[in-house]
Amino acid sequence: MSWEILIPLLVLLPLAGSILNAAFGRYFRGSAGIVGTLFSFASFGAGVIAFLQYHPLENQQPQIVNFFPWLEVGAFKVDVAYQVDQLSLFMTLIITGIGSLIHLYSIGYMKGNPGIARFFSYLNLFLFAMLHLVLAENLVVLFFGWEGVGLCSYLLIGFDTHKENAANASIKAFITNRIADLAMIAGIALTYWLVGSVSFTKIAENLPQAKFFQQALPIVAICFFVGAMGKSAQFPFHVWLPDAMAGPTPVSALIHAATMVTAGLFLIARLNYIFVLVPQVGFWIVCIGTFTAFFAATIGVYQNDIKKVLAYSTVSQLGYMFVAMGAGAYVAGLFHLLTHAFFKALLFLGSGSVIHSLHDEQDLRRMGGLKSQMKITWWTFLLGTLAIAGAPPFSGFFSKDLILEKAYFFHPVFFAMGVVTAFLTTFYMFRLTLLAFTGKSKVAANVHPHESPWTMTLPLVILALGAAFSGYLLVPESLGGVDVLERYFAPVFAQGLGYSAKLKNSHVALHHLAPSEELLLALLSLGAILLGFGIYWIFFAKKEKLPSDESAYTGWRALPANKYYVDEFFQNVFVGPLTSVSEFFSEVVEKRWIDTVLVGAGRISEGVASVLRRIQTGTVVDYAFLIVLGTVLILSAFLWRGI
Amino acid sequence: MNPGVLKPMIAGIPVEYLLILACIVFSIGVAGVLFRRSAVIIFMCIELMLNSVNLVFVVFSKSLQQVQGEVVVFFVMAIAAAEAAIGLALVVAIHRKKKTSFVDEMNLMKW
Repeated sequence: MSWEILIPLLVLLPLAGSILNAAFGRYFRGSAGIVGTLFSFASFGAGVIAFLQYHPLENQQPQIVNFFPWLEVGAFKVDVAYQVDQLSLFMTLIITGIGSLIHLYSIGYMKGNPGIARFFSYLNLFLFAMLHLVLAENLVVLFFGWEGVGLCSYLLIGFDTHKENAANASIKAFITNRIADLAMIAGIALTYWLVGSVSFTKIAENLPQAKFFQQALPIVAICFFVGAMGKSAQFPFHVWLPDAMAGPTPVSALIHAATMVTAGLFLIARLNYIFVLVPQVGFWIVCIGTFTAFFAATIGVYQNDIKKVLAYSTVSQLGYMFVAMGAGAYVAGLFHLLTHAFFKALLFLGSGSVIHSLHDEQDLRRMGGLKSQMKITWWTFLLGTLAIAGAPPFSGFFSKDLILEKAYFFHPVFFAMGVVTAFLTTFYMFRLTLLAFTGKSKVAANVHPHESPWTMTLPLVILALGAAFSGYLLVPESLGGVDVLERYFAPVFAQGLGYSAKLKNSHVALHHLAPSEELLLALLSLGAILLGFGIYWIFFAKKEKLPSDESAYTGWRALPANKYYVDEFFQNVFVGPLTSVSEFFSEVVEKRWIDTVLVGAGRISEGVASVLRRIQTGTVVDYAFLIVLGTVLILSAFLWRGI
Repeated sequence: MNPGVLKPMIAGIPVEYLLILACIVFSIGVAGVLFRRSAVIIFMCIELMLNSVNLVFVVFSKSLQQVQGEVVVFFVMAIAAAEAAIGLALVVAIHRKKKTSFVDEMNLMKW
């Protein structure tokens, strides 16, 4: 009983921080960031205690913490309840842990911004919503968090309300996610219809007994997957994520690393017992994941905005995670989620540190040579780059190779695509790092780069430690064999595995490679990384020529440089026609037709009135005459017809 | 008494004659209201119309041998007196303000 109280507490602390900053932020202007950060760290602390009290390695059963009953309509019953198990605690720690570091960093980054209280209020609210998403005991509370992070992303991306591109980007993120959410809502409704409950434990229990569940399950899985695609920015819903860079850099880090984009993966992991039963949907998830990973990596190669490169890299890494999820290797996907949270937060905060020191310069072509002026940022950033590229012995090496290994089981083609993507990742990440930190300085003459304050560098150092060492939670047998994470997650996925074994259509058999094969695959991906680095080093790094503008590329290069014209495609196929139709309705139907009718009706009564009011002379005699005339007419009518 | 049966003569004068007389008086009144401009004369013409109506009431009352008609006449007289008092007061008030009692010139309420 004692520690269960911690769960509502850890959820409510960020909300309290948000309300405090929203209501009284203007009175403690300077310390708004400290308040927000304290509440965030307090939430993290509560999370750590709950984690330790739960004993995740021994405890098999999820713990339900019922906060209060919420909806009760007939048989439909929803409580605001939290499910505490290995998965939700894992996510909670990542979200509050990395989120808190980003809060701390924001104190330095947002210093002097007049909207700092508003910023921290939103940031705390984001944590509040995200914690509901991952701790939810049922689909409705999850959906509350799901929409909550959508709202907060809208508020945060459009934080600089006076910037038009920020406002547009926030609207784009919101609308793209709403489109995907339609599928999500359909999935929730279908699940309720099939199983008669929205609670995760009940769904898991009752699923095999549900009527028509064999026929309906693929549809349910597809619905949830489309919802996940929206949040996790999979092709073709990825368009919002790069544009979301218009928000302040800590926001990008938060959305990209710890929250929002991981929601889709979390959903699939949470509903793993649905997804393991439909391998055909799993196949499509792998396809889309592989494609997204490759596709986004090629775009990343051609970007010149430091944050845009990282944004496409996020899309690409999420593609990897979806490959793992589709292949049924949930632990591998969550492992990469964890390591990615560390190194992507590190990279974003590092780029923020650069942007900060160069006074809001984001163009790689106007950086260079920052190595000597920003030592901490340079070393941590380099470490992040090595980790994301998958260089041993850093975290990305273990998590990415695990996914590639699982993809190999699924089909060697996916493995090959993954290796090519790893090659591209190394290429663009070193391009980014080396362009920004080495070579001749191309910084504008009036800007003097300097290292950021400790509130910004401390999170960088902590995240760098995480990026370096978090990989040791799951090490393949050939390299020592640590399976802490595997054992940790085993209870969460046991039920799904049981169902799939019973139904004999499993693709999630727990096969392991022989150590020699494992090593061979690892060497292959390592080769790709070395090749990526080598090609960049030999052919591009030595040239002092600056990368061209995106529009300068011609021929086939124009495709990735212009993001494969996906935005233009959406613009022409959906937005354009919709705008024309709306314009037709507003200009022709409303202004010409409807207004004509309404204004015409007004004109007619006005015209009639202008004739009739001539009768109103105001002269007594005229009225008397009319009365007499009327009386005579009525009387004659009566006389003529006979009374 | 035998209500409903019309006596054709009243004091030796046929009822029709009396009704025709009332009609003539009423028409004179109407014509006066419509064609004269002085508010005072219009009031006098209204009195003519009211009295012609009174005459009709009395004639029918006698002819039908019922008393209700004559009772109504008293009411009409009372109302006519009250109306004349108020109406003349208004005319005097307007005359003070506009220095006229011609009704065509009292058209302030026009559109």
